[in-house]
Amino acid sequence: MAQNAAELTPLDYTRYDFKDPESYKVRTHRGISEEIVRQISALKHEPDWMLDYRLRAYRHFLDRPMPDWGPDLSEIDFDAYTYYANPLAEGDTKKRWEDLPSDIRNTFERLGIPKAEREYFAGVGAQYDSGTVYHKIRDDLAKKGVIFTDTDTAVREHPEILRKYFGKIVPYNDNKFSALNSAVWSGGSFVYVPPGVDAGIPLQAYFRINANAVGQFERTLIIADKGAKVHYIEGCTAPVYSENSLHAAVVEVVAEPSAKVRYTTVQNWSKNVYNLVTKRAVAYEDALVEWVDGNMGSRVTMKYPSVYLKGRGARADILSVAFASEGQVIDSGAKAVHSAPDTSSKIISKSIAIRGGRTSYRGLLHVAKGATGVKAAVRCDALLPDAISRSDTYPYNEIHEEDATITHEAVVGKIGEEQIFYLMSRGLKESDAIHLILMGFLAEFAKELPVDYALELNRLIQMEMTGAVG
Amino acid sequence: MSEEHTLVVKGLHASVAGKEILKGVTLTLRSGELVAMMGPNGSGKSTLAYALAGHPKYTITAGEALLDGKNLLAMTPDQRARAGLFLGFQYPVEVSGVSLSKFLWTAYSQMHPPDEADSDRFGADLTKHLGYLGLDNSFLKRPLNEGFSGGEKKRTEVLQMATLSPRFAILDEPDSGLDIDAIRSVGETVAKLHNPGMGTMVITHYQRILKFIRPDRVHVMVDGVIALSGGRELAEELEQKGYDWVKVGLAASQASAP
Ligand SMILES: Nc1ncnc2c1ncn2[C@@H]1O[C@H](COP(=O)(O)OP(=O)(O)OP(=O)(O)O)[C@@H](O)[C@H]1O
Ligand SMILES: [Mg+2]
Repeated sequence: MAQNAAELTPLDYTRYDFKDPESYKVRTHRGISEEIVRQISALKHEPDWMLDYRLRAYRHFLDRPMPDWGPDLSEIDFDAYTYYANPLAEGDTKKRWEDLPSDIRNTFERLGIPKAEREYFAGVGAQYDSGTVYHKIRDDLAKKGVIFTDTDTAVREHPEILRKYFGKIVPYNDNKFSALNSAVWSGGSFVYVPPGVDAGIPLQAYFRINANAVGQFERTLIIADKGAKVHYIEGCTAPVYSENSLHAAVVEVVAEPSAKVRYTTVQNWSKNVYNLVTKRAVAYEDALVEWVDGNMGSRVTMKYPSVYLKGRGARADILSVAFASEGQVIDSGAKAVHSAPDTSSKIISKSIAIRGGRTSYRGLLHVAKGATGVKAAVRCDALLPDAISRSDTYPYNEIHEEDATITHEAVVGKIGEEQIFYLMSRGLKESDAIHLILMGFLAEFAKELPVDYALELNRLIQMEMTGAVG
Repeated sequence: MSEEHTLVVKGLHASVAGKEILKGVTLTLRSGELVAMMGPNGSGKSTLAYALAGHPKYTITAGEALLDGKNLLAMTPDQRARAGLFLGFQYPVEVSGVSLSKFLWTAYSQMHPPDEADSDRFGADLTKHLGYLGLDNSFLKRPLNEGFSGGEKKRTEVLQMATLSPRFAILDEPDSGLDIDAIRSVGETVAKLHNPGMGTMVITHYQRILKFIRPDRVHVMVDGVIALSGGRELAEELEQKGYDWVKVGLAASQASAP
């Protein structure tokens, strides 16, 4: 019975698979060159330092080889993508949904963003290809000094804070895709929470790719000042195209002493998107950084959210979730770099590979000399309902202090025939039984999500099980 | 008068892993009846239960099983459940991340069309049944069977039966691993839940639970057939004398068969 899971219909992205006509106010020619980088910077009327930064990053991007490990990226053709496409004039971000062109507004309404904003969020940003088309924060938070804006606006309006951190957590030369992002970035969120302020209700950013073969390169920077607290949630979708597209974001997070940052991602790109993202946080004394990173979509994902624990007592909590079906490779994981004493990290990876999908957990645990009293726990659970899918784990440990307490568990499970039979004997159809088992497996993740996202996850897995069109 | 239902098993042969276990089981269970199924370890009691519930590992090689005249054997396990058959497992299965309450509600909603599924009644009944079984409300939040003690698992099986109100329930050793008080509460609960619209078969090795359940009849399975049937007193006799004499009797009757 269990092998039937392999025969289920393909993942259906119909719900997200709709496109607006490609009418862009500004759009660069396909391909990348120094000229394009300069054009993007000029469009944004950027200060010289940012143009310089972009150009340095671009040169590094050219010199840097493709990664020689991990998933196959040979189909990526950097000349085939459009690096900047904005349906609005650069900088023309709206504060009211009504002010958006109707097709774009409809897109976000179909995705449920304005409704979610009313119900759950203290602020919402919406990016459409390269353009931040909507951005708003509730007045009460703004009055407390919380800044939530797109990163382009922050370059203009908050240069003193931005420059202090921008590119300091993820340097452009970290990897080829961070270099690319640093060269052509556009949009993304900038969040600053002043000392002692609890931003309370989550902030949400939604990233939508609309056009064919367009790359999206948002740049996000989140700073929680001393004792501040913030929860940021991002979601992303795209229509299905036969040509692939590229999403290469850079996310930098700073948790100053005693701050708490939670960053939740629900990644649901269509299966033609290469999702190659660098996410890194720095946690200072007694700060806590939590990554809740769910990857259900994309053709290939490479993403390893990391936390650099730089102050005594800092903590990292990373939950990485991967769901890979036919044609998908989700190579995800986490890194915890302990460079201060008494720091702790917990990494949980949950992955499901079905119908020939492939998941890998790649993790790094580093304990620097002098970082005594470190506690680190890693747990990797993989579920393989059929025989044609694959799951691998690549844990790397670099431990330079002997007193570190490290635990590592890895379990690969099949969906047992006994479990399915047990549930069916209670009247559940086979597909419902498998669905319930999968949702149970992901329960730790689902319970961290706002209701709508949790329902969405449920629906997505349901579709996978039944092939029903939503 | 409640409805009359019948579960008829005729000449059932079943094998597992290529080995024949059931060698012609014939029995009828009617609504209102409460029967006990006893027999030595490995004689095929669980195999009968699994075969009727449709476990994919068990192959039916001959015979039939009819629920109200409908061919059970042609149905998938979930269809059998929806037709009114319930199996309480000897070894209940753990499912991570699915809370008992969510699971019970999911199963309950499968059995009732949306306009009949009544969440208030569901909740009220659940509270009542938890009370019968001496289970704490906190169980509802825990993942299904995960980390439950042996006895808690068995009680949860009976709770599931109570929630689904089946036409026919086969409880496979609901008493094994239970402490003395739990045997009483499970036995009494099974007796309480039993009703004129329901047929119940309890597989057990022990007389103790039967004191509370008070079966109408006792069947004894030996080597894949029902070797002996009798009244409630048969259970007592077996407890005193063991199974050897039944086996001898069975061998004799088989030897004398043409
Ligand atoms: N999956 C299986 N593979 C191989 N043999 C099996 C399998 N399931 C059952 N059997 C065998 O079938 C026979 C009958 O088993 P069954 O579980 O029906 O016995 P039982 O009467 O319920 O015994 P008990 O009282 O110990 O529960 C046993 O010999 C058992 O080993
Ligand atoms: Mg048994």
